[in-house]
Amino acid sequence: MADALTAAYALRLGDDALILSHRLSEWVGHGPELEEDIALANTALDLLGQARLLLSHAGDREGAGRDEDALAYGRDVLDFSNLLLVEQPNGDFAQTMVRQFLFDAYAIELWPRLSASCDEGLAGIAGKAVKEAAYHVEQSSAWVVRMGDGTKESHARAQAGLDALWPYAGEIFESDRVETALAEKGVAVASSELRAPWHARVEAVLHEAGLTPPKGAGVRLGGRQGRHSEHLGRMLAEFQFMQRAYPGAEW
Amino acid sequence: MVSRAEEARRLAEAVPDPEIPVLTAGDLGLVREVAEEGGRLVVRLTPTYSGCPASEAIRRDVEAALAGGGFADAVVETCLAPAWTTDWMSEEGKAKLAAYGIAPPTRGAATCPHCGGAAVEELSRFGSTPCKALWRCLGCREPFERFKCL
Repeated sequence: MADALTAAYALRLGDDALILSHRLSEWVGHGPELEEDIALANTALDLLGQARLLLSHAGDREGAGRDEDALAYGRDVLDFSNLLLVEQPNGDFAQTMVRQFLFDAYAIELWPRLSASCDEGLAGIAGKAVKEAAYHVEQSSAWVVRMGDGTKESHARAQAGLDALWPYAGEIFESDRVETALAEKGVAVASSELRAPWHARVEAVLHEAGLTPPKGAGVRLGGRQGRHSEHLGRMLAEFQFMQRAYPGAEW
Repeated sequence: MVSRAEEARRLAEAVPDPEIPVLTAGDLGLVREVAEEGGRLVVRLTPTYSGCPASEAIRRDVEAALAGGGFADAVVETCLAPAWTTDWMSEEGKAKLAAYGIAPPTRGAATCPHCGGAAVEELSRFGSTPCKALWRCLGCREPFERFKCL
């Protein structure tokens, strides 16, 4: 049965996972150590798996015959509804891990709640994702502490990453018409519920790391509505190139 | 007399994992359900990790094994819930993993699959596939992979 709201909701969660996965995959072959290269690639793979399940589910609920590939490769930048946070460039390793931590701290609160969704498809995907997210947040928290509480150089880089990315974190907790309508029906999780537990975890880790969020930083919004930073279009140009140049190509 | 569903389950469970060929889909606990529904045979598989590429290969291999075993009309479906856990790996599967040189998923402490030593340490929480982490033995000094508990 076509259900445009659930399709839109699954799509935004899928876009978060897809775009962050692609960002992490840009590290492959460039990680600071072999082990971290592998860790980044593994995290990217988990997120890609989540994205595929979510986009497939969005296509099913949309009921217009679009599959995961049509949604991933066939939409333009204005049709993507991911958080601005996940499309931000990798920067250095510290910035990448800070971005990952801010996202993982969200995912680890989202998935357990969504696993109780009355939409069976979303509940099943969330039930798998929660196990993967638990692993991711342990890894990214450990790196934030290690770099924040490390050398003068690593601390400065981690703090610079936090300063750059903090304004994008507020978007996580913004509700809109789609989410509110679905949360009332028990399909979606109200993002506002995640704010307190997210802050508790983030503040504890940042405190241990000796990092401080920038004061007076505003909140950047727009990703959920398709108003993206300049970075997403460039990323999609690379990500979608093959399917745009050779539509339907398979190998 | 073996039922059609039992025979199909046997075929599906015998399919080897493409990455860790000593393990079968049955050892991993991937075959969740085999049922006759409305005259057709439905085999439900569960993926291990959301993004594990082996899941797709296993699905194709199961389809081929079923077709080759006389179940050309069988339908293979994916089921996500309940989510896969390493608790579903069979004891036989765990023993085969250890013999293959990969420490099996155990809730307790890991031991070296080469010398059996208990003095081991984690090198990286991630490994060559989504399901494994990198470890080393402080006794025999050999590195090894350990199946993550999920």
